[in-house]
Amino acid sequence: MSDPVTALDGQSITGQITIADAGPTGMVTLRANFASATVMTGLVDVGLVVPDANQIASGDGTTTLWMSPDEVMILCDYDDAEAQAQSLGDALASAHALAINVSDARCVFRLTGQGGAIRDVLAKLSPADLRPSALPVGMVRRTRLAQVPVAFWFSSDTDATLICFRSVGGYVFDLLSKVSEPGSAVGYFG
Amino acid sequence: MSHRLSSGGRLINRANPVSFAFNGRTMRGFEGDTLASALLGEDQMLMGRSFKYHRPRGVVASGAEEPNALVGLGRDHSYEPNARATTTELFEGLEAETQNHWPSLEFDIGAINARLSRFLPAGFYYKMFLWPRSFWKHVYEPFIRESAGLGKPPKRRDKDHYEHFNVTTDVLVVGGGIAGLTAAMAAGEAGSQVLLVEQTAHWGGRAPVDGPQIDDMAPNAWVTQVVSALQAMPNVEMRNRCMGAGVYDHGYALLSERISDHAPDKAGPRQRLWKVRAAQIITATGAIERPLSFAGNDLPGVMLASAVRDYIVNFGVAPGKRTVVVTNNDDAYRTALTLKAAGLEVPAILDAREDATGALDEDARAAGIRVITGRGIASVIGKGRVEVVHVCAQDSDGADYEAIEADCVAMSGGWSPVVHLWSHAGGKLTWDEADAHFRPDPDRAPKGASGEVFVRTAGTASGALTTEDALVDANRTGQAAAMALGHKARGPAPRAEPESRQVTAPIWLMPENAPYEKRAKSWLDFQNDVKVSDVELAAQEGYESVEHTKRYTTLGMATDQGKLSNINGLAVLAKSLGVAIPDVGTTTFRPPYTPVPLGAISGEAQGALFQPIRKTPIHDWHEANGAHFEPVGQWRRPYAFPKSGESVEDAVAREVTTTRQSVGLLDASTLGKLIVKGPDAGRFLDMLYTNMMSTLKVGKCRYGLMCSENGFLIDDGVVARIDEHTWLCHTTSGGADSIHGAMEEWLQTEWWDWKVYVANVTEQFAQIGVVGPKAREVLDAVSASFDLSKDGLPFMGWVEGSLGGIPARVFRISFSGELSYEIAVPANHGRAFWDMMLEAGNPHGITPYGTEALHIMRAEKGFIMIGDETDGTVIPQDLGLNWAISKKKDDYLGKRAQMRSHMTDPLRWKLVGLETLDGSVLPDGAYAVDEGDTVNGQRNTQGRVTSSYHSPTLGRGIAMGLVERGPDRMGEVVNFPALDGSPQEARIVSPVFYDPDGEKQNV
Amino acid sequence: MLILSCPYCGVACDETELQPGGEAHLTRFGPDASDADFEGYLFRRKNPRGVHFERWRHAYGCGKWFHAARHTVTLEVFGTYPAQVTEPPPDILDAIAAKVPGWEPSS
Repeated sequence: MSDPVTALDGQSITGQITIADAGPTGMVTLRANFASATVMTGLVDVGLVVPDANQIASGDGTTTLWMSPDEVMILCDYDDAEAQAQSLGDALASAHALAINVSDARCVFRLTGQGGAIRDVLAKLSPADLRPSALPVGMVRRTRLAQVPVAFWFSSDTDATLICFRSVGGYVFDLLSKVSEPGSAVGYFG
Repeated sequence: MSHRLSSGGRLINRANPVSFAFNGRTMRGFEGDTLASALLGEDQMLMGRSFKYHRPRGVVASGAEEPNALVGLGRDHSYEPNARATTTELFEGLEAETQNHWPSLEFDIGAINARLSRFLPAGFYYKMFLWPRSFWKHVYEPFIRESAGLGKPPKRRDKDHYEHFNVTTDVLVVGGGIAGLTAAMAAGEAGSQVLLVEQTAHWGGRAPVDGPQIDDMAPNAWVTQVVSALQAMPNVEMRNRCMGAGVYDHGYALLSERISDHAPDKAGPRQRLWKVRAAQIITATGAIERPLSFAGNDLPGVMLASAVRDYIVNFGVAPGKRTVVVTNNDDAYRTALTLKAAGLEVPAILDAREDATGALDEDARAAGIRVITGRGIASVIGKGRVEVVHVCAQDSDGADYEAIEADCVAMSGGWSPVVHLWSHAGGKLTWDEADAHFRPDPDRAPKGASGEVFVRTAGTASGALTTEDALVDANRTGQAAAMALGHKARGPAPRAEPESRQVTAPIWLMPENAPYEKRAKSWLDFQNDVKVSDVELAAQEGYESVEHTKRYTTLGMATDQGKLSNINGLAVLAKSLGVAIPDVGTTTFRPPYTPVPLGAISGEAQGALFQPIRKTPIHDWHEANGAHFEPVGQWRRPYAFPKSGESVEDAVAREVTTTRQSVGLLDASTLGKLIVKGPDAGRFLDMLYTNMMSTLKVGKCRYGLMCSENGFLIDDGVVARIDEHTWLCHTTSGGADSIHGAMEEWLQTEWWDWKVYVANVTEQFAQIGVVGPKAREVLDAVSASFDLSKDGLPFMGWVEGSLGGIPARVFRISFSGELSYEIAVPANHGRAFWDMMLEAGNPHGITPYGTEALHIMRAEKGFIMIGDETDGTVIPQDLGLNWAISKKKDDYLGKRAQMRSHMTDPLRWKLVGLETLDGSVLPDGAYAVDEGDTVNGQRNTQGRVTSSYHSPTLGRGIAMGLVERGPDRMGEVVNFPALDGSPQEARIVSPVFYDPDGEKQNV
Repeated sequence: MLILSCPYCGVACDETELQPGGEAHLTRFGPDASDADFEGYLFRRKNPRGVHFERWRHAYGCGKWFHAARHTVTLEVFGTYPAQVTEPPPDILDAIAAKVPGWEPSS
């Protein structure tokens, strides 16, 4: 089979922060009633920990994002996603649930930068409360970036991940590059 | 004459001269100057012409309230009109041009308007141009367009860029004077997170000019100390050159930060618009001095007393050598003392009050200045600038006067708190009799989402006019804001010495009984040329509401927004109406406080980032292969792929012909793809679609229609049943997000007990159509894990597996009438699959085709297109789609609406094909005329064209249209006149022009 | 610019993250409905000067529809609550009653 090609195709650029294609990433959307005992038993069987609202849960090579009360997204190796979706589907076969591989539907950006530079750059485009008290490491925020929906989270003060739909990957890359240009530092978040 | 003093000027650096151009003349100033101070230093008192009468105008103020000194800055790709010279920081190479004059600032033909001023009174726009009607277009409008307006809009694209910045914080403090600093300190010390902003480049506001001792320190020293203390606090962020532009609902505020206006060679954005969400907002916006109304008060050289003081202390510039001070309050005495200390002459202080007994008055007398009480100005005389001041008794008609030679008048009509931001968010005002101004009423403060107060005022913005009171007020306000956030706040306010202060006399006209000819030369609004007599005329003509008077006279319009003109205008109106000022009320203050450039408002959204461009996984190939794109929603789709030297029309014809005769390739990735799963999914889709989806067999596809509750057709597409509980719904390219949204809406808000989950997988897949008689041969050339033969994958079936080594779902569906496969592959493999199909199709001359070929082929087959055949008023029954409407279902979205009498009217316009008699192409959207006229005298119509193309297959024009009782009128000829009225006759025919029996797709 | 808390995820949503949905608690009328009922369902909307119940979707966030009880003049928000109810819950009604004396839900 051909190698997967993301919309960003490996691009990266450095200004106030470094904005880089995180490369092909496995993503599985799971929709289910997480208050249901049947669902939760099934998920325990496959070792999936459902994070609390707005939180991220890390597992064995996977990261699970809380997306909404009845939806999580599991991030994994690109090549594992189909199997991951399959095994979730099997585990929840007796419940009402939807598990589906959506690895190709989105772009994944890795953002790195010193001090509060990542928050400064995101704050130019998103109305979200980006104070570390409101968006600490380990929390995910779904919001908008300029005119498109995105989600982002910090894995450390200097390292963040952002996802958006594939078709607007180029727009988001250009946006982030523009507001991260030299000379545009705000210095608000440190 | 105005001139640079030999010493002084706390903000300028005399070691660093700066040259700039004013109307093409090279001038010099110093680093730290504003454009206005530098011009005054060069004796350039004349800085503009007024709006209506083109009168010569000089600078009046020293800050954001300046009405006259508006200039055009820069040129070509960085031109900004209407910039205030008083807030423009000087830099090397600055270019400024004055506005609103022709041919030159010194000699302006438009000034003839001034001689006609008695013919241009209040409301002249409304009165003069009413008749004769024919004059409007050829006489009045050209005249108004030529003479109205101040600056001219830039003609070139702005070379600068701008950005936004979003902040959520506890407390926003607007204003970096001593009150803002004190309030920020009080809130910050209590533990609140604070953002403190100041519109100028300097902290401390007026205090360093006015000179009160604070905590036993000179104001400069105190400001420096507090600023460094605040800068050291981790919970306090400070920005200067950052103006509070507006305060809105729920604690939202806009700030306009000027980053490189003063340093144009700096990299990065020119300005930044801050969007702040603050739990508490403190407006420490200070106060603005009011002018006094006397004849000739608009002559260059008549200035606000505080501005005269500012130019001397801040910039070492004196507006004149002999300055008469005229006042109704104590504060202007500071100006007289400052002038005296700078070695300038002050022939007299004219105090309109009967006696002057404050501490400042004594200082003035002690300094040897002649103080005359009970006096005002009868008129100021001079040609283009102040030459003589006629002094008279305030309580007189000004007939008897004493002439005093002077080249400058420093006037003070008292101080009005800057209430703009407070008022933006709904804060109400109260009239303060003692200080003769409106101030914020703390009992009627703006309230936020919680129903609690979220805007507070601090310092002179509250109406606390002494330093001591302002500091106490600011400290209390800062603490109150912190406490509203649950923080504990304590600590005393900074101390200032108490001042003895006399009340401000409410003087609204000088002298009290000035006759008409003086009132007609007493300006209330310098910028918009509104005089005392204009407001009086408005009152006389019955304008009682202040809002109506504002519009009738243009008082306080444009960039002034009531800063200088408001209170004086209200007072004159009140007097004319014989009511008290608070009974007249004030006009509404609207954001922004001072203009914010449109570039800053658009932020990053300009040029290539104006709006998102959505791209399919194959977009780069399209670009590299000369695609002519068209927007489809935010997508860019190839319209056609012209080859080198080929016209777009020829390319479209070639694409249709090749596809019909051999094989074509379509990027259909933009099609919406929604997975609908659950035990109730079939029932749910039966509600959404007009036809039955629950009965669709696994492995099969069905075309479906979706309507709104209003009955109108909103979307269509092919639905595939994936398994027992799962359906895949294709939507139109533009409809994916809205249909996904609609599904979620119904599931969440109406049928929330139904077990259905929806996932939008539109972007997970690249979808590629292989279309044409040779399509199967193309697919057969690559390895497939499934059978693609006629029986293995019949029409309206789908299979899943791998194709050419890529996971694929193949749908055998057709929007062209040809043998056709639509293949969905993971988006990250979409380009590889496209390339593979191009290669496999090469022996057959495969051609990629665009949306126009797609449209033509569907029209040749009579297939409708959402957005062409539908426009939000069309029901499926209008389109002959009754076959796709289930009769068995009790309910579906739109069913009840389609039962309404208008929807079942037999006279509705219905879909037919249209064939011109001469084979030409009907214009899209043309109407068919009918006999007779409507009640409005317009020609009756009986139909319209919804789609029209030249068919390369048939070699003539084909069209679809909606015609009254169309299907019952086959063969009839109707007339679709062209725009010039010439007849275009077309015959009503079946909309299926090509392969009516569907044999080609079923092979 | 309104700020409404999404009752599902707790995020204080900026208005630009939300999609408005008009009046809340409408009853759907289907094929059996009278003309008057159907007209009311499709077209008749309240436009009060005062307390109002509205639908909002956290469109740029968790995607859920919720309801907000809001004062259309003062913009005070009395509360937000999930959309899966046919009438405002008691705690919301209590909050309104406490803030707006004399207010009664209109039919």
